[in-house]
Amino acid sequence: MEAFDSVHARPAPFWRNGPQPGGLYNFSNNSTTSRNTSESQRSAYPVVTGTSVLGLKFNGGVIIAADMLGSYGSLARFRNISRLNRVNDSTVIGCGGDYADYQFLKSVIEQRVIDEECLDDGFGFTPKSMFSWLTRVLYNRRSKFNPLWNVYVVAGLQDEEPFLGYIDKIGVAYESPSISSGFGSHIALPILREEMEKNPNMNEKDATELIQRCMKLLYYRDARSLNKYQYAVITKAGAKIHGPIVPESNWEIAHLIQGYE
Amino acid sequence: MKELYGQNGPKQAHFSPYAFNGGTVLAVAGEDFAVVASDTRLSEGFSIHSREAPKTYKLSEKTVLGSCGFHGDVLTLTKVIGARLKMYEHSHNKKMSTTSIAAMLSTMLYYKRFFPYYVYNIIGGIDDEGKGCVFSFDPVGSYEREAYRAGGSASSMLQPLLDNQIGFKNQEGVAVVPLSKEKAVNLVKDVFISAAERDIYTGDAIIVKVITKDGVTSEQFPLRKD
Repeated sequence: MEAFDSVHARPAPFWRNGPQPGGLYNFSNNSTTSRNTSESQRSAYPVVTGTSVLGLKFNGGVIIAADMLGSYGSLARFRNISRLNRVNDSTVIGCGGDYADYQFLKSVIEQRVIDEECLDDGFGFTPKSMFSWLTRVLYNRRSKFNPLWNVYVVAGLQDEEPFLGYIDKIGVAYESPSISSGFGSHIALPILREEMEKNPNMNEKDATELIQRCMKLLYYRDARSLNKYQYAVITKAGAKIHGPIVPESNWEIAHLIQGYE
Repeated sequence: MKELYGQNGPKQAHFSPYAFNGGTVLAVAGEDFAVVASDTRLSEGFSIHSREAPKTYKLSEKTVLGSCGFHGDVLTLTKVIGARLKMYEHSHNKKMSTTSIAAMLSTMLYYKRFFPYYVYNIIGGIDDEGKGCVFSFDPVGSYEREAYRAGGSASSMLQPLLDNQIGFKNQEGVAVVPLSKEKAVNLVKDVFISAAERDIYTGDAIIVKVITKDGVTSEQFPLRKD
């Protein structure tokens, strides 16, 4: 309020903490009339957004995938952005939702990884610690009504056990053997679940092929997706981000779909 | 859908700090035991997030908490309760009793009266006299000790059944017999099977935790997955 007063050069109050000429007296600690207007830098809605992230556990590892589009509403604004972040040898996070919020949190995570590295005590982020930390960050931001408008999928390997977790912008978090955010939870997740039920002990090759099939399907069906994606595989050999992959697509039968105009 | 995938550029999607993630919890007290049960489905709208997310939380060898509603608040609340129980144990050199945990939970919920934890809690356990006890709460901390209580999405279906079968309500000339552990567990399974038929937010599996003076045992049973 100090700064506000000096800018607009209001007349001095009648007495200390008293009302300005023409103003009303504010009883102490009971200011319901004056709202602070300078604190309105909140993401009330997402701007540049990423769509679904897919994740799947397999025998001895985890795979996650996300396409490389940053949408501005319906405009395909940025067509070569990465939504996967390799945190360390055992942890990768994927992100959907507001890309600016993701970049902010990514820079925070990168600094924390450096800080941990400097201690040189052999400790660092594990998938579980990353998951727990993200859950708290997102929940605390939502509690301040200043959310990070993202969905995060954390994938990794801890104590030789695959880990796959989901966190959304209000702090709903869970672990699951197959995960999808956004539109993919309608289109791809049923397929992931069905295939996992048929083949509970998938190997890396099966899982990769399944994820690639789902990414192609999402390109056909999700209007906010792109035929260019990355996927990350985390096994005990380490964490590696593959891609960008540009799958072949075939629109020959597209003209048969009519009547929805 | 229209808001997220609209044609008119970015639209105002207003922010809601709450979600309803479904789930049902249930607790029954016997003479020297208590049963706490929940389903394991975590939903949002018409989507199922997870089929393996139990909503029972073992707080000590004598106390189990059932907690459902907004999952973000459930995670936070159970985490804070865990920390408070550790602090109590370190400063008093003993475990907190079931009745004390219930009193503490009430104040924790009321502390957030004007931005509440959107969570339905039911505590089951063994009290200081060794008797089975159940405490039920509303989201802002009102609580009472009862013999049995259902909470969460299918509570309005389970509660009348329990009133009839455990409370012997709306029956004439019925022999009021004390509830055995076996009958309690079987009844819990039956009422959850019925709830899963009608409530889309209840299903996949149930977890039944039985608390006696010897500790907590846990069993799991499948429910319909559709």
